[in-house]
Amino acid sequence: MAHTIETSNALHGVMAEFDSGQELVDAARKTMAQGFTKVEAYSPVPIEELNDIIHKTRTVLPKLVLAGGLTGMASGFGLQYWASVIEYPMNIGGRPEASWPTFIIPSYELTILFAALTAAIGMIVLNGLPQPYHPVFNVDRFSMASSDKFFLVIESTDSKIGEASAFLQSTGAKGVYAVAE
Amino acid sequence: MALQETPVILPGHDFETVTETIAEVPLSKRFPLGWIGLMLIALGLAGMLQMALGWVLIKGIGIWGNNIPVGWAFDIINFVWWIGIGHAGTLISAILLLFKQQWRMSISRFAEAMTIFAVACAAIFPVFHTGRPWLAAYWLFPYPNVMGLWPQFKSPLIWDVFAVSTYATVSIVFWYIGMIPDMATLRDRATSRIKASIYGMLSLGWRGSARHWHRYEVATLILAGLSTPLVLSVHTVVSFDFAVSLIPGWHATIFPPYFVAGAIYAGFAMVLTLAIPVRRFYGMESLITMRHIDNMAKITLVTGLIVGYGYVMEAFFAWYSASPHEQFMMYNRMFGPYGWSYWTLIAINVVMVQLLWFKQVRHNTLALFVMSLLIGVGMWLERFVIIVTSLNRDFIPSSWGMYYPTIWDFMTFFGTIGLFLTLFLLFLRFVPMISMFEVKTLLPQGKVKADH
Repeated sequence: MAHTIETSNALHGVMAEFDSGQELVDAARKTMAQGFTKVEAYSPVPIEELNDIIHKTRTVLPKLVLAGGLTGMASGFGLQYWASVIEYPMNIGGRPEASWPTFIIPSYELTILFAALTAAIGMIVLNGLPQPYHPVFNVDRFSMASSDKFFLVIESTDSKIGEASAFLQSTGAKGVYAVAE
Repeated sequence: MALQETPVILPGHDFETVTETIAEVPLSKRFPLGWIGLMLIALGLAGMLQMALGWVLIKGIGIWGNNIPVGWAFDIINFVWWIGIGHAGTLISAILLLFKQQWRMSISRFAEAMTIFAVACAAIFPVFHTGRPWLAAYWLFPYPNVMGLWPQFKSPLIWDVFAVSTYATVSIVFWYIGMIPDMATLRDRATSRIKASIYGMLSLGWRGSARHWHRYEVATLILAGLSTPLVLSVHTVVSFDFAVSLIPGWHATIFPPYFVAGAIYAGFAMVLTLAIPVRRFYGMESLITMRHIDNMAKITLVTGLIVGYGYVMEAFFAWYSASPHEQFMMYNRMFGPYGWSYWTLIAINVVMVQLLWFKQVRHNTLALFVMSLLIGVGMWLERFVIIVTSLNRDFIPSSWGMYYPTIWDFMTFFGTIGLFLTLFLLFLRFVPMISMFEVKTLLPQGKVKADH
């Protein structure tokens, strides 16, 4: 395992394998402290700390969802108002044409519908999915990333990529692999 | 730690064994005999549904037993019954997630599947009650007819369309999003090329990076937060179909909470009905433990007590209203021609459910299984009582009449049970029935201690 890895342009990066979430988090902390910048971690379970350590920013998804929900509410209410007041006004049970209390439920449901679809589609799109091919899949061991192994990758766009392989060996990784592009 | 919490999953599991136990079922080449046998029964019933629905399309809805004065019967009873059953799935996947109830993780996947299949069965009834389902799209959805007339937005029936279609959509989306990481696991473990590519496509190329997981967790939390008010609104709106009308027995302010509690009660009973045989058949007892069964039985008891309170209040309102029509409705319900159905539902939903106070009962899976089936019957009877006994004897005795379901009514109802079973069996065979990545978060291997 401990052979040296040539880093060239044909490489996506260097990958290290760990046995537990704790080891991965410790290694990620060390890697960031070492000054590496193009780093990504892969784990079979969500580990909240990793995003804070590596990326340091939070997703804009909640804001998109708020916008989606408000759009849903406006479209729900607007649809009913337009159909009942402007397009085809009709007297039903003597109630006012713009009888807003009866419009609440469809507006409410469309708020939730639009917000939920924004959350789901937003998550997928922001994650760049669907993406059938990614260089990390070229590493055979990476098939364990969805089962019980944890991985850390320093990408070849990192200015310190030359030191990456030796550094990752020093973090106590179970294995270090080159990731072909 | 002074207080040791009871483990949610039995000791002896690590990431690998969790993956193996759960992923083995969809990835194996084996179709167990029991599965095939049940599938044949389910398909038989589903075929009966096709016949019943085919004939209703050819002949018209006159083949059903409902007619004035009982204009609503099996079509609405079964709709409400199925929708209600679905509610437990959303409660487990959304509300218990917000409350950080870790025990929900082992049962959320198949409870959500149950929700979606139940909603699919429910939708059949109102759609076919329109008689011409191919036209229902513009009777139900906001789209004007050839005269330029729109659906009536002041009617609870159109609210129902919005509520139920939103509920179905959001449930499917939530379920699918929850499955993406597990689909990646199946992709990585599949031995055949076909399976690897199908699960690969379904996983969308998920690779579990820190950035992916962060957005994923945010999205899941938001979806749970949105599903919670949604699920409460759905049965509320279903109850408005009745409560907004002026029929004695329907026009009651207690309907929304009473319906929601009844829905969760029936739904948890259904989760028990499904979970008890499934955990045994697939050897999942270490993941769906007695703690899950016990907790579900407790929720069934609590919601059952709320439902019992609803029955008491219905009777109280009838008396306290001092309206002769309300009082007669209640008298007719208890001692009229359908009195047997009222007392049967009281016997199940008020009396029998008290057995769940006892731990011996909650830990006896056979007793629980039988009780959960009976609760399904009891909740079906509740809807029967509310709908039929409120309609069959109204204000003028000359317009009274009896309702008798026809063979087609029964074929449609039991047919939807077949459809539900078919879908559920397909789900058990081809989809990981327990969320692998969520269960893994309970294990020490994935846990990270705080920095300082």
